Amino acid sequence: MLKIVGLNSYYGNIHVLKDVNIDISEGEIITLIGANGAGKTTTLMSISGLVPPRSGEIYFEGKPIQGMVPDKIVSLGICQVPEGRRIFPYLTVTENLDMGAFLRKDKRVVKNDMEHIFDLFPLLAERRRQAGGTLSGGEQQMLAISRALMARPRLLFLDEPSLGLAPLVIKQIFEIITKINKESNTTIFLVEQNANLALKTAHRGYVMENGRITLSDSAENLFSNEAVKKAYLGL
Amino acid sequence: MEYFFEILLGGLTRGSIYALIALGYTMVYGIIGLINFAHGEVYMIGAFTALIAASVLTLMGWNQVAIIVIASVVAVIYSSCYGFTIEKLAYKPLRRAPRLSALISAIGMSLFLQNYVLLAQTSNFLPFPNLIPEFEFLKPYQHMISSSEIVIIGTTAVVMVLLGIMIKCTKIGKAMRATAQDRDMAMLVGIDVNRVISVTFVVGSATAALGGVLVASHVGQINFYMGFIVGIKAFVAAVLGGIGSIPGAVLGGLVLGWTESFFTGYVSSDYEDVFAFLFLVFILIFRPAGILGRSETEKV
Repeated sequence: MLKIVGLNSYYGNIHVLKDVNIDISEGEIITLIGANGAGKTTTLMSISGLVPPRSGEIYFEGKPIQGMVPDKIVSLGICQVPEGRRIFPYLTVTENLDMGAFLRKDKRVVKNDMEHIFDLFPLLAERRRQAGGTLSGGEQQMLAISRALMARPRLLFLDEPSLGLAPLVIKQIFEIITKINKESNTTIFLVEQNANLALKTAHRGYVMENGRITLSDSAENLFSNEAVKKAYLGL
Repeated sequence: MEYFFEILLGGLTRGSIYALIALGYTMVYGIIGLINFAHGEVYMIGAFTALIAASVLTLMGWNQVAIIVIASVVAVIYSSCYGFTIEKLAYKPLRRAPRLSALISAIGMSLFLQNYVLLAQTSNFLPFPNLIPEFEFLKPYQHMISSSEIVIIGTTAVVMVLLGIMIKCTKIGKAMRATAQDRDMAMLVGIDVNRVISVTFVVGSATAALGGVLVASHVGQINFYMGFIVGIKAFVAAVLGGIGSIPGAVLGGLVLGWTESFFTGYVSSDYEDVFAFLFLVFILIFRPAGILGRSETEKV
């Protein structure tokens, strides 16, 4: 579904991504794990078009998408829940969800989808007229995921969804991620520092170090890999 | 008591104009964090365009109502094109550059437009026809308020309400707020941020041009420099109310208008500007973000 070949990205003069190759098939949950500053977020931003790659190719369903503007990429069905949630702080919960559906024209279906989201997250329904910035971290993460779902993505990026949340909330969020993948067959690309949880959720995984992919295997194999254990699982 | 009301209404008129122009400053600042110094020039160009349009229509013998409407519409459309082009030429290429570069570019654009109109129209004050007819019902009160003042206040009120509805309820309005709050995230939900910025410039320029037409008709003369001091005052109003906030721009405009009027009316007219800026300093000492401005908070 998504194929990345020899991707190189820069922040100014700093060479962040070096010859990155990633392959994602439809219906999978793929995780990308790695230390802080390894280039995980940059990988997502490069695919989404916010950090245009300097060389390499990105194919979405066989069509090249590198160099496209971000809103065009979203319109293809690639959505992102960015690191730190990035809720619009002064928009209400409903307005935040509206923004998620910005490119959709089928108003009535959008309305249904929103009701569906409110069924899924009763907490958000209770706070639908409240400003996004007033929600707790866990509620914001749920809102961020819901906002992305409002676009009916075919490929969903999640960047550090566990960051700064309580263990119980993290568990909930990961259950939701699995549910989204199973129920609507949405392909998920999960970036996490919490390798333990990520590898338990995902089907396959990539390990990134200093902007390079150093390992890729099934989640189970990575989980039992000695190097991964030592570096990321703390075992 | 009548004197008091006269000043109150005079201040309201003045404040309406400041508010109308402050809107453009505050909207642009809210979205791209830039003080568009060329904004006052768009107001000036609006007045010149209306003058040209009104002169042509008068020669053609059209009736007065048609002249007002058509001249205003032409001025608004023409100035909006200017606003759109200014952004594309002077600010868009500098989107990722340091803020100071864009600021210098804004000042350059302002000087360029002033001198361009100076060359085209000379530095003389040109008489501007009074487009607004005297209303019959105002006759008994005409020592307190003129019909052009009523039109200024009324137009401003209508524009504010329409703009409020647009920002609050329409899709593009929501996209504008989203872009102002987090531009990268706005891109990630699929908002075409360039389009949102263009719309902001067009709307801001349209309101400024409307202000230019109304003031020119009220004052009766225009020249290439008219946008400068009004632009600065409107900028003060925007900062006073809290830059980035639309209700703040309205409030700031009115507060500044009344401050000036009451000071001029009861103390001295020589130091009007001194007092206006002194008031700004005073407010900012106690409320650095402006009256309705919000200081940035971030949830980690």
